[in-house]
Amino acid sequence: MLEINSRNARQWSRLGSRATFGTAILDVAETHPDLMVLSADLGNSSGLDRFIRAYPEQFLNTGIAEQNMVGIAAGLAKEGFNVFATSFAPFISMRGGEQVRMNLGYMHLNVKAVAIGSGIAMGLLGNSHYGLEDLAVMRTIPGLTVVSPADCSEIVKTVQAAADFDGPMYIRLTGGPDNPVVYAEDYDFQFGKAVSLREGAEVTLVATGTMVAQSLKAAEILAEAGILAGVLNMHTIKPLDGEALLQAVAKSGRLVSVEEHTMIGGLGSALAEHLAATGTLVPHLMIGLPDKYVKAGQYGWMLEQLGLTGAAIAERVRSFLGR
Amino acid sequence: MSIDKIQAMALSMRRRMLEVSHQCGLTAHLGGGLSMVEAMACLYGQVLRFDANNPRWDGRDRFILSKGHGVLGYYAALWASGVISDDVFATFQANGGDLIAHPVLNLDLGIESSNGSLGQGLSMGIGIALAARKKDKDFRTYVLLGDGECNEGSVWEAAMLAAHLRLSKLTAIVDYNKLQSDGESRNILQVDNMAQRFAAFGWHAIEVDGHDVGQLLDAFAQPTTDERPKVIVAHTVKGKGVPFMENDNSWHHNRLSKDALDKALAALDQA
Repeated sequence: MLEINSRNARQWSRLGSRATFGTAILDVAETHPDLMVLSADLGNSSGLDRFIRAYPEQFLNTGIAEQNMVGIAAGLAKEGFNVFATSFAPFISMRGGEQVRMNLGYMHLNVKAVAIGSGIAMGLLGNSHYGLEDLAVMRTIPGLTVVSPADCSEIVKTVQAAADFDGPMYIRLTGGPDNPVVYAEDYDFQFGKAVSLREGAEVTLVATGTMVAQSLKAAEILAEAGILAGVLNMHTIKPLDGEALLQAVAKSGRLVSVEEHTMIGGLGSALAEHLAATGTLVPHLMIGLPDKYVKAGQYGWMLEQLGLTGAAIAERVRSFLGR
Repeated sequence: MSIDKIQAMALSMRRRMLEVSHQCGLTAHLGGGLSMVEAMACLYGQVLRFDANNPRWDGRDRFILSKGHGVLGYYAALWASGVISDDVFATFQANGGDLIAHPVLNLDLGIESSNGSLGQGLSMGIGIALAARKKDKDFRTYVLLGDGECNEGSVWEAAMLAAHLRLSKLTAIVDYNKLQSDGESRNILQVDNMAQRFAAFGWHAIEVDGHDVGQLLDAFAQPTTDERPKVIVAHTVKGKGVPFMENDNSWHHNRLSKDALDKALAALDQA
């Protein structure tokens, strides 16, 4: 089994999230003979080239037909296969979204839908390829676990845990090559359990996906200015770790949510729903993507433009705190 | 089972479908349920391998009702073959019940999948047939589609791939009744050459009179060629068996009064 250590973390970070997913699934296949991996003609883009060579019988390319792919995944799962079905985020969550609803939701079949290149990682390929709305759509489907790993190490942890998890799941992969490292050593990873990465008495940044690393950077910048910001990695959006959220805001009294997703219906909304449901009143700054289809550019350029870098987040938090 | 017995099974299915439709006091999908009765009677009377006392038996053939609104024909077949009891069938469309207007996955009742959103069953059928091949199991997979349902593009995604994968143990049946929710298919989206369309996609296609049990059984028994998946295009009459419902699309989804029930049952007895 792949180990989380600084050497691997550096290597995976260079490879990026898609190739790391491919590395993890190749590793998991050794101990999971019932594994089947499906792709709608994006096997190589999903980092699956080595898996396809090593396990040709456990790979199915359905052609460019995501709806059919999700239905086939469900049929295989129904007969006992451990199925991972992959495509770019909008194609699997929305093009095949109703099939996800019927098969993974209504029938609760054991399929892991893996969204590659979610958020704005697809850069110049444009909004057609971005995962802007996928969290909002997927988290409304009853019974679906929704996971968004923070970095490549957490992608490995997620794939390992997902292979042993009996139930449908949406796994959202964000970030490009040279994904910043969050985890350089092993840690306790459980679906539905947020991980506190930094304590902070004045404000809590709750982030998911790539925004965890940016939030850690922001917290460092804030610390230099004497502001104590905590960072909570909410890798599982559903079921949400409401307890960890409440504990964190009880200490700091101020919440900032940070996500690479539209601010409608994603992590920030999930947190706000929980706060409202529990009658918890705290000032909440939502940082995410605007409610529009943005001008495309290279991934790094876009993060700058959209204020999703550590420095930009730190600025927003300072103004939120009035300091 | 002999042709006579399957015909008798079809007749008893129609009777019971009409009775439970009336008893529930609600609108029900009658037309498209009645058109598929002979195909279902052939499947559950002869073609499918299953154990009525153990619907979860792993070696069973798998049947998926892709045209989920044809559910009355499905429940009636499960009832006539002893998988579900009279009492269970009598719960049709009861509040909170298991037998609602579209199938809900329930292996204990012999219901293999949840349907209702059209165009999805053939994809699941591919997954199941592929699983059987990979696990070296010899069960077969059957998927029943509607002709109106074949408006859905996802049906043709699945049709393409099933042929590409040479899923010779996958059989589709198209209940080709030429009517859909809004009226005559020829005025909505013409599908006048269904068998040729499937054949062009690489299927072994057979056309039959979907109310002729002998033709249906022959088609089910006919070996496929070149490991192609098989499609039986069954020409049917929507509302078949009840003269005032036949080809009258107001019975696509309608409520059956006591008078209408009596009239319908009398017509069945005379036929």
